[in-house]
Amino acid sequence: MTLAAKTSTGPKLTLGPLHFHWPAARRRDFYARIADEAPVDTVVLGEVVCSKRAPFFDGDIPEVAERLRRAGKEVVLGSLALVMQARERQGVIDLAASDDFLVEANDLTALAACAGRPHAIGPLVAVYNPSTLELMARQGATRVCLPGELTADAIAALAPAARETGTELEVQAFGRLPLAISARCYHARAHGLHKDGCRYVCEKHPDGMDLDTLDGAPFLAVNGVQTLSGSYLDLLGDLDRLRSLGVDRFRLSPQDCDMVAVAETFRAVLDGTVPVAPARDRLRELCPGRRFSNGFLHGVEGMAYQAAGI
Amino acid sequence: MSAASLSLVCPAGTPAALDAALEAGADAVYCGYADATNARNFPGLNFSPAEMRAAATRTHKAGRSLYIAINTFPKAGDEGTWHRAVDNAADAGADAVILADLGLLAYAQAHHPALRLHLSVQAAASTPEAIRYLARTFGVQRVVLPRVLTLAEVTDLTAAVAPVETEVFAFGGMCVMAEGRCQLSSYVTGQSPNTHGVCSPAGAVQFRREAGGDVTARLGDVTIDRHPAGAPAGYPTLCKGRFRANGTTGYLFEEPTSLNAADHIPGLIKAGVRALKIEGRQRGRAYVTRVVGEFRRAIDAALSGGFTVPDLARGLASEMEGGRATAGAYDRRWR
Repeated sequence: MTLAAKTSTGPKLTLGPLHFHWPAARRRDFYARIADEAPVDTVVLGEVVCSKRAPFFDGDIPEVAERLRRAGKEVVLGSLALVMQARERQGVIDLAASDDFLVEANDLTALAACAGRPHAIGPLVAVYNPSTLELMARQGATRVCLPGELTADAIAALAPAARETGTELEVQAFGRLPLAISARCYHARAHGLHKDGCRYVCEKHPDGMDLDTLDGAPFLAVNGVQTLSGSYLDLLGDLDRLRSLGVDRFRLSPQDCDMVAVAETFRAVLDGTVPVAPARDRLRELCPGRRFSNGFLHGVEGMAYQAAGI
Repeated sequence: MSAASLSLVCPAGTPAALDAALEAGADAVYCGYADATNARNFPGLNFSPAEMRAAATRTHKAGRSLYIAINTFPKAGDEGTWHRAVDNAADAGADAVILADLGLLAYAQAHHPALRLHLSVQAAASTPEAIRYLARTFGVQRVVLPRVLTLAEVTDLTAAVAPVETEVFAFGGMCVMAEGRCQLSSYVTGQSPNTHGVCSPAGAVQFRREAGGDVTARLGDVTIDRHPAGAPAGYPTLCKGRFRANGTTGYLFEEPTSLNAADHIPGLIKAGVRALKIEGRQRGRAYVTRVVGEFRRAIDAALSGGFTVPDLARGLASEMEGGRATAGAYDRRWR
């Protein structure tokens, strides 16, 4: 990838947190390649789904972050989505105290810990209206990645508040949508286990465990305590309109596919070097067998896909 | 310990249900306005502003409290609807409003400083740090805890956040996902608890008779469950459906079941929890009478040391989804 892509102006690309439980070696390789090749501006690191997984990779984060920074990427640390236990709380408090990195708050514990200093708000925190966005900006939020279920109309109504408060607005544009989080581990449950003795069975499914209907239709993906959409979000056809509404950043959520090529595809459409139609074809080549959706943005059921832009 | 140490908070989707709850021994009743501002936005349910004022009068005459749930997230571009709901609640004389949205909490605090603020379960505050922050920032006085915590965690949390009060769910429909953070319903139907105050809305439900006689329950375009002809088919709530994964077919999230934490009443009293909440504003007067009555007796018995669990469970079996109950996350092994 060219240096030009790394220093591009205009809308930015964020590589969201890896939701899946990949082995540490694979994660290191993944981020090394992102550092070297992917035209993304920002990378969110850290285990946001399940605190039981964190020890496997936490020790590698400083080195991975350093490598990404050397490659010109901004590194943001994401906090745990559902915080319950004492050690999880302490982890969030320690994370929020970081002077070296911007922290992305993914629950109210992190929001509380980050209040009063610059931070980002992740898509798992409820920001549905301008009042809430303004409040968060007053408390120090400099960037907000909006919940996946927001419509284009809602984003349009939020954008002025973001502009007035100088808050960067981010929207997820690729990958499975995080739809729910639970205290219960459905990965363990599907394997006849409990969360406490889960044997880390979620590692078996690097792109989530497909959950189908009784008719065999693909529906959702289970990832430990998290439930994701069965489809991949694809907002390639909506990027232009979202930019005009005031969206500053687009988030690519890592999946088990060539994420460098995915990032290149989105970057090319944002830069106007590749039209939407061939970019869509390319995305489907990169994710064989996957279905795509963009219904939330269009104000219909999230699992729907509408080829015409908003 | 005085009876006031554990308050019984009961649902009312209609004025008739409110009267039933008062009669059956509710210490407080919670209601919502008939629009998208509350998380049980079902046709024919909930209160007009005039009905709410009358409800407050009747509740106060009975010496009880009225809470008004305005616990969805204000729609961008239509925040005025939610602001008016808070204004109306203050005018009606509500003893508290139950809110989830941080921007709406700020509005209530700024415009109605005397109005007591309870944090809805939809706000998803699960730690002392989050709760203290909300108390400090908005003056929140009570928090309805997410149904993700074990009894031990509820106990620790309640001690840690005092004097902020905790309220926990004791009975009724049970979300298995962290509330206020679930977009499964809108993924399938376009409407979610956060955006429209509904989950798995009735308008998207369809029961289809198959050629072999089976009945398929569908939500939007998604098959949620299938039953042999004549077998009882429950409401197809998305997360209580049967699906396939990892080579097995079953209730992969949760079985059709209700929460019943009656076993834990003594433990919750010991934990210092301030209020027990019964879910079910969408349920009828008979449900309210029965469940509230049983829990009134159970709490009174627990406070006087004569608590028996099995009788309570048996008495309520008919009110439970699928006739089954779980203590949910209160028991660690549920996870």
